[in-house]
Amino acid sequence: MQSSRNKLSALWQTLFGDPIRAFGVVSLLLLLSLAIAPAKNHFSEWRHYQNQYLTLIRGRGDAVTLRRHFQGGIQQIWLPEIGAVDRCTTCHVGLKEASLVDVSTQPFRRHPAIPHTAEQFGCVMCHRGQGAATTVEEAHSSTLAWEQPILPARYIESSCGQCHRAPLEGTPQLNSGRNLLAQSGCVHCHTIKLPDGSAMKGTDDPPSLLHIADKTTRDWIYAWLKDPQAYAVTAKMPNFKLRDADARDISAFLIANSSPLPGDASPVAAGQKAPDPTAGASLYGESFCASCHAVQNAAGNVVGGNLGPELTRIGTKVKPEWLQAWVRNPRAYDPPTEMPHYRFSDQQIAVLTGFLLNKTDADLLANVHLDPATPEQIAHGKTLVTEYGCASCHQIVGIKKPENFAPELTRIGSKPVTQLVFLPGMAHNLPDYIAAKIRQPRSFGSALKMPQYTFTTAQIDALATALLSLTDRTQNLPAALTVPSVPASDYQPAGKAGQLITDLACFSCHRINGRGGDMAPDLTWEGSSVQRQWLFEFLKNPNTLRPALIRRMPKFNLSDADINVFTDYIMTVYQTPAFDRDSMPSGGYPPAQVEQGKQLFYSKYACQSCHIVDTKMDKGYIGPTLTQVGSRLTAAWMYQWMKNPQALRPGTIEPNRNMSDDDARALTAYLASLKGSGKREAKQ
Amino acid sequence: MKQRILIFTVIACAMVLSGCARKAVPSPVPTPTGFGSALVESSGGKQTGAVGTTLGQPVVVQVNDDQGNAVTGALVEFSGPAGVSFDPASGLTDSSGQLSTNVSLGGMAGRYQVTATTVSKAQKRVDLKLEEIALGYQQLVGAELNDKYCSRCHDPESTPERVSNYDNLEIKPHPFTEGDTLNKMSDADLVAIISHGGPALNKSALMPPYGYTLSKTEIQALIAYIRLASDPPYRASGMVYAQK
Repeated sequence: MQSSRNKLSALWQTLFGDPIRAFGVVSLLLLLSLAIAPAKNHFSEWRHYQNQYLTLIRGRGDAVTLRRHFQGGIQQIWLPEIGAVDRCTTCHVGLKEASLVDVSTQPFRRHPAIPHTAEQFGCVMCHRGQGAATTVEEAHSSTLAWEQPILPARYIESSCGQCHRAPLEGTPQLNSGRNLLAQSGCVHCHTIKLPDGSAMKGTDDPPSLLHIADKTTRDWIYAWLKDPQAYAVTAKMPNFKLRDADARDISAFLIANSSPLPGDASPVAAGQKAPDPTAGASLYGESFCASCHAVQNAAGNVVGGNLGPELTRIGTKVKPEWLQAWVRNPRAYDPPTEMPHYRFSDQQIAVLTGFLLNKTDADLLANVHLDPATPEQIAHGKTLVTEYGCASCHQIVGIKKPENFAPELTRIGSKPVTQLVFLPGMAHNLPDYIAAKIRQPRSFGSALKMPQYTFTTAQIDALATALLSLTDRTQNLPAALTVPSVPASDYQPAGKAGQLITDLACFSCHRINGRGGDMAPDLTWEGSSVQRQWLFEFLKNPNTLRPALIRRMPKFNLSDADINVFTDYIMTVYQTPAFDRDSMPSGGYPPAQVEQGKQLFYSKYACQSCHIVDTKMDKGYIGPTLTQVGSRLTAAWMYQWMKNPQALRPGTIEPNRNMSDDDARALTAYLASLKGSGKREAKQ
Repeated sequence: MKQRILIFTVIACAMVLSGCARKAVPSPVPTPTGFGSALVESSGGKQTGAVGTTLGQPVVVQVNDDQGNAVTGALVEFSGPAGVSFDPASGLTDSSGQLSTNVSLGGMAGRYQVTATTVSKAQKRVDLKLEEIALGYQQLVGAELNDKYCSRCHDPESTPERVSNYDNLEIKPHPFTEGDTLNKMSDADLVAIISHGGPALNKSALMPPYGYTLSKTEIQALIAYIRLASDPPYRASGMVYAQK
């Protein structure tokens, strides 16, 4: 103890005993401390990378060019408008060097081709991370001081969605995620406000439960509530993991609460059932029910469309009288339904419902044994229905749609990590948290109400991508930088024809003036396109235009009077302003011109690769069959179409051939001569 | 007194040490109960997916013994280049000798070689290499264009939903996976045939021109996709600047 104290005082004496020496020592210390900053700078991480880059390019053939492009020191992209201060290019020096295509080591890779440049938007806008940081750890990773880690590549498309509100090419995951958000019922419980102030709307149409007792039994409701996917693998309703007693009480309440639908529910006489057992299947096929409804086949594959519910076990679900009334006129039960009102005869209704009611599954209800409901059970069922927010999706008598039932997701993509509660063993970042929440919501707490969905990994990634695009930036971006989506059209045709269009649910498949589905052709300019006589006959008995399609126009069994109303409306209203439908004659072209058109058709333009004119020789299977196109389309439409197909129907796949007027006229003459039956062209 | 200090120190040390301890990362490599001598692909190779995403179908491999019979309980481990992840990364084969894993691709567009490994009874490594394709933004745009405009004729595979026109054409188009043919064509050749049709390269007129339908950027995107889809893989010809 004593000796060390002596040593210390001797050291003090040596260093500071003499004032001049003390001054020298202090000066030295000051100099050393001044050297700390430049030394830190010299040994900084980014300088190390820049030196590495210079070594990398030294041996290359284009070293001189690359060296000229290189700028040392800290680089910064500053974009005050979007609040970006990005120094990423300090280390990522080769981002713009196209010749670095063979370099695979980071941070020297060139950036893959995208429509934007770093000068426009910086880096952090898309990749997240800390733009101002100059070390890898701080720039890329989430630390306590820095909230925002780099966005994994799997969710990168979410960044496009911050500005681009409309579906975008090249971002399939974002597009599908947004569709899933709208289709899967998410927005019925969670509010998602869009930057324009409107709320995101669901595109699904959960059935109303106002008259549920007319439609199905309590046993079926119980089985459905317990496991919707056991009834139909494609069922959209998620699994609420209800206890037996809860499912019992909810089913009791729903049946007791249902109000009978007034109206004619007289069942079709059973004696009218067709003797031929295959009649039902063929009527199902002829009516193209499979365009919208799917059925699971013996191999377990779901075959058919997804516009309507799956029908694999429909016979176990619905009451026969309800099904008959539904097939007779679906709009009587559910006015806004997407199902068309087929004008079936009683005989057809009996045949079709007989066929559908045979699609049963005895196992589904085998273990359901419910005693008659007690008033307590019904009351408890009502409490549960309110607690689980059933009315967020379904219309239920006496229960109002709850407001803000689940957390709002408008800015979920910017939610700070410090506000999240992670499960043990989970990576602490927002994307993984969102994905885990969607994958297994109840794993975050058994008391949580969010139900279990049956999404695939790809669907969960897509949903997480769409949710991550809902950031603070999405809401705050200057309007000039956003690319808004096209607002949904609420076009509704007027008059008797308008009623027919609603009744036949034309918008389920066809698009007119921006409203409607994309299963079938856009009819906005149908009146300029087709001839009246053809349209009349097509509506009376739709025949196949495109041989490769399995989804086709069904026969609605319309009366001649209705068809006339419809045809007149289409011919008068759905006309393009671009040209006059009657500006070219529908026939009587000189034979030489027709022959020239035929030559052009088969040689120069090789139209037979996609179209069929001569059914014996041509095999083209992509475009519509043209055997009688002269009776179907107006000459003016054909001419304009060949001049520029995309001008008449944006996005159509027939390529624009940049045809001369003469060629287009000759081809029109040839096609106009194809009148069909009896007038077939002589074979070569 | 001294004893108390000693106890206090021991407790303090224990607390500090326990604070330092990290939760051991669970290494779920199970012990194999069977050994095979061959590894074959059942399905899942040569898939395409967007960068960073999980491939649509799992990769399924099968372990066989010398007689070609499936081996149950053999250990298979998956590995790949940086950025590629597997769920699960290893496991034992099931009763049909198979193990399936979901593969997530890396963040850069290109081809990823993934390796499945099993160990034979003699402790010899048996490897199976598979290739998966990751599409970047440009290739994704190209893939969408291919779906819309090209695949109807260039993809011979027909499904009920989408009937291929391949068989109907007198002169057969080249599927985009046909690297032997397509890799010999330069980018300029591909631009010419896409923009001006088959006759531009003295080929079939059944291939129509798309130069007035697609933009230059779209054609570049399509070519980027075609280059990545081709098998054997396309290597850009010309100067290679690689140092080594």
